[in-house]
Amino acid sequence: MVRDCEDRMRTAHMTTTPVHDFAAYTLTHLEALESESVHIFREVAGEFDRPVLLFSGGKDSVVMLHLAVKAFWPAPVPFPVLHVDTGHNFPEVIEYRDRTVEQLGVRLLVASVQDYIDDGRLRERPDGTRNPLQTLPLLDAITAGKFDAVFGGGRRDEEKARAKERVFSLRDEFGQWEPRRQRPELWDLYNGRHRAGEHVRVFPLSNWTEIDIWRYISQEQIDLPDLYYAHDREVFERDGMWLAPGDWCVPRDGEALQTRRVRYRTVGDMSCTGAVESEATDAAAVLREVAASRITERGATRADDRLSEASMEDRKREGYF
Amino acid sequence: MTAATRPHDLLRFATAGSVDDGKSTLVGRLLHDTKSILADQLAAVERASRDRGLDGADLALLTDGLRAEREQGITIDVAYRYFSTEVRSFILADTPGHVEYTRNMVTGASTAELALVLVDARHGVIEQTRRHAALAALLGVRHIVLAVNKMDLVGWDESVFDSISAEFAQFAKEFDVDDVVAIPLSALLGDNVVDKSARSPWYGGPTLLEHLQSVPVGEDPRRQPFRFPVQYVIRPQSPDHVDYRGYAGRVASGTVSVGDRVVVLPSGRVSAVKAIDTPEGSREEAFAPQSVTIRLADDVDLSRGDLIALESKAPVLTSDLTGTVCVVADRALRPGQRLLVRIGTRTVRGLVHTVIDHLDVRTLERHPDPDALALNEIGRVQVRLAEPVAVDAYHQLRRTGAFLLIDDADGATLAAGMADAPGEVPR
Repeated sequence: MVRDCEDRMRTAHMTTTPVHDFAAYTLTHLEALESESVHIFREVAGEFDRPVLLFSGGKDSVVMLHLAVKAFWPAPVPFPVLHVDTGHNFPEVIEYRDRTVEQLGVRLLVASVQDYIDDGRLRERPDGTRNPLQTLPLLDAITAGKFDAVFGGGRRDEEKARAKERVFSLRDEFGQWEPRRQRPELWDLYNGRHRAGEHVRVFPLSNWTEIDIWRYISQEQIDLPDLYYAHDREVFERDGMWLAPGDWCVPRDGEALQTRRVRYRTVGDMSCTGAVESEATDAAAVLREVAASRITERGATRADDRLSEASMEDRKREGYF
Repeated sequence: MTAATRPHDLLRFATAGSVDDGKSTLVGRLLHDTKSILADQLAAVERASRDRGLDGADLALLTDGLRAEREQGITIDVAYRYFSTEVRSFILADTPGHVEYTRNMVTGASTAELALVLVDARHGVIEQTRRHAALAALLGVRHIVLAVNKMDLVGWDESVFDSISAEFAQFAKEFDVDDVVAIPLSALLGDNVVDKSARSPWYGGPTLLEHLQSVPVGEDPRRQPFRFPVQYVIRPQSPDHVDYRGYAGRVASGTVSVGDRVVVLPSGRVSAVKAIDTPEGSREEAFAPQSVTIRLADDVDLSRGDLIALESKAPVLTSDLTGTVCVVADRALRPGQRLLVRIGTRTVRGLVHTVIDHLDVRTLERHPDPDALALNEIGRVQVRLAEPVAVDAYHQLRRTGAFLLIDDADGATLAAGMADAPGEVPR
């Protein structure tokens, strides 16, 4: 019926399209995304001298590492991974991180925010959040390691400043992003040329959405930290989020502790990462919850992103992930 | 092909049109009506709209992500948006419409298979409409949708729609696109965007979303010659894979099977495909745009920048690259300029020999012998290459016919290029 109408309409006004039948030669959207990401990894390995991959144990960085393994199989991943450790970690995530790099045989580098606070190079923020403090240790680690390409797990659907960022994003020698001076990125001809001292941030997951990530985790049966799945945990409510108590995150007056069945949608800094109530105990169940959710993952659980309309843009300009 | 037998695939498309045409509203409507805008995003937009003293939610604020864009109320840069339906996922490159942002339109269209061009039903086809359609066609976009917006403001007059679509069809005949479809709609009210409108009983065609869902993705790779730019050589040198030497890349076009006779360019050495490897196991055949690793039967010297093609359908090698470029940097392109040329995975030195002409995108006229091409200008150039490179005609094979001109000093991308058929003598 629709086809009839379409044909009639096209004959009336325009030219007709021949109907192709090459379903067997069409990639599914996940296959297309995977192929694009693998292509990006290989471009970087071919064009740069010293790449490094940012790995936090968070689901996006886990998927990114999984894709890197695929890109170079059967050879090992030809670059190290770097964790910018806030010092506010969930112990499960650190355990997961160490187990994963061990299994894959990749070299792990750690840049520690705590070290910077201990020796006075960084000062704790009044709100106790450490995500914004990651920038300096990250930039120092990039300089010290002479890294010229840094893979990040950022996705354009996460946030509107990210929606404007290139797959290959040039940073000046201060690690800064200048959104108005980005290189146009055409076809799949990524231009990674840069001057000495500059480096390029590379985002192989640029075109993935949160749902795609979960579909892929489910399809590929990728192992994640347990925090991502429903578990019972003592939490308290603040600003509409469920927070777990810890050394850096103490319930204030009127914030009562209670046991809830929760899971985390992101697992960065414990002090500002909230949990959501959930019954999802595997990736397929999480996928169903995420698909039905009416709130983005950052909006739900990241206190730092709520600060201002442009907070991500500001942090990115300064050299954040 | 029915939805039941078709894989859930991915369509990349680009929008073009200015704020006045209601482009941001249409994009907002598509996202909203496909339930792709989440509660907190909508709340943020409503809050920001209120802060600016607006009554309703300004859906344009969803896409204008940078501070300067929100402050000036214009879109500066390409924004990528994502949504999906039961049958297909979409990547939308939302490009600014102003003439000074031609380079962004070119960027957005470079990876798009469909271009959505907006017109205001009250104004019909204007200069900007022609420019957007011409750019999309130049970039090899095969499907164009003319969204005749604001039909509510012309009383859903069928004759207005007919005359606009007829005029556009006439203009579009000059381009090499597979199909052009015109759809009458109202982005503001949602008519014919996702759901069929009761206000246009005279219109028997698809709604915008129906059309986006039915356009075929890509081309049948069996109809294209095989091209494989080598990205990286995989040599594990591990006990399990002592002599393994695989060529990693993404099939740029066509298909390849184990046993196929292939030629490696530019060296011209021939061999046969011994294996096609993926982490999921070896396979008999690979097709575009799969990422795979190819092993060859012979020990040929091969590295990043080389191209593997079927021996029977190989591209020609040329040291004289002629093509149409769009200048994307704030520096003019002039004869005598030395630069780097990037084609596929290969980068070679080049020298701009001639700037052949300047294309006026409004009139499609070519003005010969300009002194230079400035930012956002389009024209044909001839570039001498330091070594021969395999090139295809862009209008036949997009991935191996596209090239970049790069400033050697700071690495800036100067121009985006689309190669003519090699060997064609410039006029």
